Order: sequence, then C-alpha cells, then structure tokens
Amino acid sequence: MLWSKVAARFNVSWHSKRPLGRMPIHLALLLSCIFFSVLVTGAPETPHISIYSTLANYSVPVVERNGLSYVGLLELLDPLGTVTAKVDGAHLKLSYNTSEFEFTAGKSRVKMKPGDLDLPANFLIENGRGLVPISALAGLLPRILGGPVNFRETSRRLFIGNTGIHFTAQVVSANPPQLVMNFSSSVAPAVRRENGKLDLVFEHDAIMPPGSPLLTFGNATIPSAQYWEDNGAAEISIAGTVPLYASFSNEGRTITVSTTEVSTAPVAQTANPPHPTFSHRFLVAIDASHGGTERGAALADQIAEKDVTLAFALALRRELEARGVATLMLRDGDATVSVDQRASLANAARPAIYLCLHAAGPGGPVRIYTALLPPATSNHGPFVDWNAAQAPYLSTSRAQANRIAFEFRKDQMPVRTLPADLRPLNNITTAAMAIEVTPPNSMTELLSPAYQRAVAAALADGVVAIRTGEEAAK
Amino acid sequence: MIPRHLIITAVALLMLALGMAFYVRSMRSRATYMARGALTSQPVAAPVSGPVEQVTLYVAYDDEGVLQAQAFHIPLPSGRQQRAEELLRALIGVYLDKSSPHPLPSGSDLRGVYLVDAQQTGAGSDPGLAVIDLNAAFADGHRSGVLIENLTIASLVKTLSANLIGITRVKILIDGQPRETLSGHADLSGVIDVAAVNQLATELANP
Repeated sequence: MLWSKVAARFNVSWHSKRPLGRMPIHLALLLSCIFFSVLVTGAPETPHISIYSTLANYSVPVVERNGLSYVGLLELLDPLGTVTAKVDGAHLKLSYNTSEFEFTAGKSRVKMKPGDLDLPANFLIENGRGLVPISALAGLLPRILGGPVNFRETSRRLFIGNTGIHFTAQVVSANPPQLVMNFSSSVAPAVRRENGKLDLVFEHDAIMPPGSPLLTFGNATIPSAQYWEDNGAAEISIAGTVPLYASFSNEGRTITVSTTEVSTAPVAQTANPPHPTFSHRFLVAIDASHGGTERGAALADQIAEKDVTLAFALALRRELEARGVATLMLRDGDATVSVDQRASLANAARPAIYLCLHAAGPGGPVRIYTALLPPATSNHGPFVDWNAAQAPYLSTSRAQANRIAFEFRKDQMPVRTLPADLRPLNNITTAAMAIEVTPPNSMTELLSPAYQRAVAAALADGVVAIRTGEEAAK
Repeated sequence: MIPRHLIITAVALLMLALGMAFYVRSMRSRATYMARGALTSQPVAAPVSGPVEQVTLYVAYDDEGVLQAQAFHIPLPSGRQQRAEELLRALIGVYLDKSSPHPLPSGSDLRGVYLVDAQQTGAGSDPGLAVIDLNAAFADGHRSGVLIENLTIASLVKTLSANLIGITRVKILIDGQPRETLSGHADLSGVIDVAAVNQLATELANP
C-alpha cells in the first residue's frame, strides 16, 4: 500500500527502463527513502479484498494471474453460507446453499440458472482451487448470493447487502476545538499519529465514503480531513496544527478528536496491525454477550456488561485477524439478540470455535466455561435435541478450554475452567466456550485498552494453538 | 269397609318406609363423621419445629468462588416436603446473615418446595422432580454474573439433593412462574439435572 500511495503522489513509473545513473537526483533520493521505509516498516502489504456482510466481516487474499487480479472463489463464499465445490477435470461444480453453478477453467462462461453468465476474464483452476477475476465479482456475486452487492473494485472493498456504515463530521467550536464524528454503527479503527496528522484506519468496519473525499471544517486548529480507501481499508486522515488525540464514546459510535488526550471508552487503540490472510476453513464466532435492552451486569454506575463485552469482542477480533484467523462477530453494535438467535447464527456459519464473552467485577481469575450437560446426554436419530446440541462436542470444548487456559497461565494471568449452566452453550454445534473476564484488582483495569488487549491476545494465542493442533492432526 | 288384607299391606309398607328412612339417616351420619375424621388427619400448616438433626448445607463462598459442604444442626419435621423447605430456608438464612459469604438480596425467601416422589406417581407425573419456588425479591435483586448465579443454583440444588434421596431433577420457579435466567446468566428455562450439578459442585469444591 505504501508503494502505491507514494507512486500515485509522485508519478513514479515502475516500468521505467531508465538506468539509475541517469535518474534525476531528487527521484533517486525519493526511491532511497522508500527503500529504507520498506526496510523499517516491513514488506508491502499483501493485496486483499475486504468483505462486509451481515454474517461476517473478513478478507481474502488477491493473486495476480495474466496481469489480472484473481480471488479464490471458495474462500470468498465460505463464510457467507453453505458452500461446496467439486473439481472434475477442467470443470468446477459449485453448490451454494440450494443453487448450483459450473465453472470451466480457461473459459469465461459460467453455467447457472436461469441463464448463463459471461465473466469479463477467464476462470482459472490451480491445484483444485477455483480462481475468479475480481472484475467479475460485481456481476457474479448477486447471481450466486441472490441479493445486492456493492463492489468498490479500485479499493477492493465488497459490501454485501445493506452493511455500509455512514458517518458525519463537524468541528464543535469549543476551546479547544473538537472534531466530533458520529457513525451509524460501532467502529474500531486503528489510530495512528504522524506528521501532525491523526489517521483513523478502518480495516474491519464497512465505512462508506462521504459525499466529498475532502472535508473542510473552517477551523484553524483542525482545518480538514481527507477520506480515502485502498487495499480493503478505509482511512480518514485528519489534519491538525497541533497534536491530535482520539477518544471513543457512545459504544464506539462516536469518535471525538481533540487537542487533549481523553480516555473515556473501553475501546482499544492499537497500532495498525499487518493485514493477514485467512485460513478459510477455520472460522471463530465471537459473541459479545448481552446488548441492546439486555444490559447484563451493572459493573459500575455507568458501565454495563454489554459495553465491556463488546469492547473485548472487538479487541479479540483484532487479535485473531492479526494472526490470520477469520472471525464472525455475532454482535458488533448495541443490538438486542436472543440466545436462540445467537446459537442459530453461530451454527449456520459452522465455525471451528464459538467464544462467548462475559464480564464480571474485580476479584478472582478469568473464567472459561463449557456447557453443563447431564453425563449421559446424547442425541439419537436424525433429530438433535436443541438443549443438548452441544453434547457431541463437549469433550472437544473442554480440551480446547484447557488449551486456552494454558495460554493464559503462560502469560501469568490467573484462569479457571468450569462447567456452567449458561445459554447458548448447550445449543452450539461446535466447540463452545464462554469467557468471563474479570479485572485483577479494580474496575478501571477492565476498561483499560492494555488489559483488554492482553486478555484478547491470550485468547487469540489459545485459538491459534488449537488451529495448529488441528492442522497437525490432519 | 276396607278389606283386611289391604290394611295389613299398608301397615307393612309404612313400617318398611320408616325403617328405610332410619337406615339412610344413620348412613349419612356415618359418612359425615368419616369425612370429618379424614380432614382432621391432614396437617393444616407446616410445623415450625421438630427434632434437631444434623444436615449438610452446600454453602457458596464468593471470594474464593467455591461451594463447600458444611454441617448444620436445624430442627426438621418428618415430612419430606417440609424437610425440603426447612433445608432451603436454613440455607437462605445463612446467605441473609450479615456475615454472609454469598449475600442474597434483602427479602429473599422460599415460597415452597414441591416434590413429585415415586410413590405418588401417576399419569402425567414426573418422579424424582423437585420444584423450588422462590420469591421475586430473590431473583430481582440477585447479583448478576456467570459464577455468582451458578453458585446460587448449585448451592440450592446440591443441598436439596444431598439431603433428600430420590431427587434427580429440579425446576426453579420465581413467584410461581418460569423465568429464563436467574439474573441474566444462569439458565432457569429448563429442568436442572442433579447429576450435572453434582459435577459442577465437584468442580466448585476447589478454587
């Protein structure tokens, strides 16, 4: 991303055949700076598409073939529904939910009902993996998914259904001035400060562009903000004549940028992590318990459990995705979701692990719960008892809870594993755990981004260890 | 003149009617007496005292997050249902005490315990089921949290099942009505399996 940004701003041609010795001195200096920047910041980011849907926000890598950008078809569709693919010679038969499609390697025609579709470039099959040109997604996906799709091809951001998050921004004429940004849903951008600017980078939030990319505020301290998007991420870069700080409130829906540092909300601010690529078969469902009218425990006068669990869920999503684990957030805003709905959503997505987050007051270790089922509970015949759906997975859940607990202990964090009569654990048809996060000493620790990040990192390490174990077993 | 055989027949019928009336009256008196005796043999209220017995209450300790068996001496009546109620009232009394290790909200109380025993089974009954009916104050003011709520449930169920043989499942009602959770976490929507709670109690025995 860094290369392409600099290239766009300084009109650098990557295909120039001019020898370095004849290069103008300012261009040589510029390329030297870029070279050392890459050494410092690491390799350029892997190109990828970010997908935003009601079921999951995730990203898949993009590969270059024949000068065109391609994406794995199965990786793209897998988190969205029940999908299977069978390769037979040069043909790939894809089944998505109840519909069937036939792709042919080296051909652009896709057989489907009610009528065939021609892709703008040929379909490819590599090592049993179907690759579709990304320029075909805007036309192909509505036919497969049966709903509207908005694909911003230049920035590789794909919106499925009505998932876009809109925002407004205005400077409040206070002393000192504050830029208040209101979003239509909770957001969790990475925050960077550099060269007098404050950058909000939205890797996982379906931010929609404003009417004009340049927002001017008519204020001397915070004169303007620039919106742009690239490689699956949106970024709002806020210019300031003095150092600027961001604080979060309104359950992640409001970001206030000011000249003084304010810590108000339980949302972690992290350095921008490298964008990972995902192992598409290993999906983790993250369930921030409570939400909406169901506030959960009152942890303090103004702190409801539902807000703390959401903050931890967002932190966990960041940590997992930074480790290349695809995630499904069952609640990423302040919505009321019943336990039956949570179980249905999780079961439909077929995740490898379901993690439900709870929070409690200070004292005691972090608790990892598995379902409490009668010893002889099992399902018989084709019908699964909803209240004992977890039974076949319970031993796996317990083993994985112990594995995650091991990671906590490695990080010197007290932890305890227990069974608990806690829905919807009994209704989940995969390994399922609930984590009750407790601060060691005081409630302020529970709201501390550092503590949230530490707990989320230990959890994510446990999940990665489980994934590694499963891959080794295969 | 009335024939003599008709007079004899009329007198005989009159004596038979009087005899029948006397018999019916005596039968009615006897039935009333027996019904009164049956009513008076049933208890009209739970006894407030009985012989003092040693029982085991499973007491929750919030600080360590454990459930510990403790011996108590309390007066217990002879009836199973009354014993169940006295056991749980004693447990709730421990939690309502000022030095409670697991405080319950003020006003928490037990409305009743109903046992469906094997000898009382019939069509539609559920042997081994105990129904614990708590008052609204118990649930409405209960502290919210996965561990806190599960400690309460495990304490009630384990205390009941450990002291009364034959209880395999427990249903908890609040003010006579089913409720989804105790205070947002512990599931009350279904019937609680005693074997599963025993497993939980074992895990909760150590911090």
